[in-house]
Amino acid sequence: MAILPRLGRKPEAPPAESPDIPGVLKRGGNGDKPSGFDREALKKGAAEVPISVAGWLEERLGQTPALKHTLFRKVPGHDWTYTLGFAVLIAFMSQAVTGVFLAMYYDPSPTQAYASAAFITNELFLGEFVRGMHRWGSTVMIVLIFLHMAQTFFYGAYKYPREMNWLIGVILVTLTLAMGLTGYLLPFDQRSFWATIVAVNLNGTGPIIGPYLGDFLRGGADFNAITISRFYAIHMLLIPGLMIALVGAHLYLVTKLGTTAPPWVKARKRRELAKEEI
Amino acid sequence: MAPDPKKRSQKRSPYTADRGTPGAYEGETITRRSLFTGGALAAGGVATTAFALPALGFALGPLFEDRSRAIFQDVGSTADFNPDAYVPQVITLPDSQGTGEAGKTTVYVREFNPEIDTDKLGYPYVAISTRCMHLGCPVRYVQASKRFICPCHGGVYAADGSVSGGPPVRPLDRFETEVEGDRVLVGDRFSLDSQFQKFSPRDPGEPLDGLWQYLYPPRPTV
Repeated sequence: MAILPRLGRKPEAPPAESPDIPGVLKRGGNGDKPSGFDREALKKGAAEVPISVAGWLEERLGQTPALKHTLFRKVPGHDWTYTLGFAVLIAFMSQAVTGVFLAMYYDPSPTQAYASAAFITNELFLGEFVRGMHRWGSTVMIVLIFLHMAQTFFYGAYKYPREMNWLIGVILVTLTLAMGLTGYLLPFDQRSFWATIVAVNLNGTGPIIGPYLGDFLRGGADFNAITISRFYAIHMLLIPGLMIALVGAHLYLVTKLGTTAPPWVKARKRRELAKEEI
Repeated sequence: MAPDPKKRSQKRSPYTADRGTPGAYEGETITRRSLFTGGALAAGGVATTAFALPALGFALGPLFEDRSRAIFQDVGSTADFNPDAYVPQVITLPDSQGTGEAGKTTVYVREFNPEIDTDKLGYPYVAISTRCMHLGCPVRYVQASKRFICPCHGGVYAADGSVSGGPPVRPLDRFETEVEGDRVLVGDRFSLDSQFQKFSPRDPGEPLDGLWQYLYPPRPTV
């Protein structure tokens, strides 16, 4: 199968060393024909490129029906609240991308963390903006999650057969809050330091396992040299990995089970039945 | 209906040939298929355990580290302190070495005063930790009211560190003290219940009176 359609080729066979590009006129055998572009043929060729690329991929992946099923699902009713889940996904992606770029300049050591965060804000081109996106984006994401959750709840979308998706969503909101908690320490200013002390000690107030949980989070009996790198690793490696896996499962179930109709949409009676009742 | 005794004995036979497995060898007790399935699962289990256990141990290791540092820090000469008023001094917590400013903490130090102090701890100096016993914010001593006051959630302590009001669950922690020549040294942290009984260091928010001390166990290595 040809990747590029061979269009615009002149009847004269081109020399073997001349590449066969659609729309490019070939030098004739006698060498006196000017080379150049046949615009119409070039356009035609370009128009067919996406089709042939799609065909090339389809031949190897065979996923077009699954993709169509995922991207062009039928959604009952026309309700903007159905976009909330996607809005959360965009917020998550924004956090992931800005987080990756912040990580390039951030130093998770107790002596350097504040200075590197200050460097991002004050010195770097667009640093304040990207850090601001990450900082405010976390709040936006949590607000959107709870709107999404409320929509699911009030539309009854957590009911059979979508219970597993609700459960995955609850784990995801918990992980998002854990992201907020672990990320709060990283600027390492007075506010984030003491907020983290309080948060870790809150974990410590749980009976029996509380004391061990506090030590586990701090990596020791007191706030110490590894606490901040521990929070950083949890914030940028452990939880995001879990979240990406669970978001995948969440989306898979959404496409597999379909979307719930809004509660005010009733199943339409078939015409004949309605007539019989009259 | 009672099961056919003959059939049952055949089912229970340890030999695959008796159980009617196709292609069974004589004397074979496990099918090759189930042997390989079990073997593959076991190998996968061993491989997973091989990386998961060390990683888990690494993550949980700090819980089992020895915390009794017995490091004593010099906070000043005996002439700097008196039995009536606290003198704030800055020390670096032994566990927080290498954290720069974040590892430093204020200790309120004064000489033991038999007229105020009722505890039988036997330390020559009283060194009170500023870590609030509610959730760990830093308390401040206010000389005018002779109280330790926490800025976060309104915890208030008397001059000896016992709780006067607010959410704290036990008196302020203290540090061991000793005198060497004319120098005052401050050592490991310890916790107190409301009767000023000494306990190994616990986190804030963990009451130690009565049965509570069993619900908040000490660190395994202290």
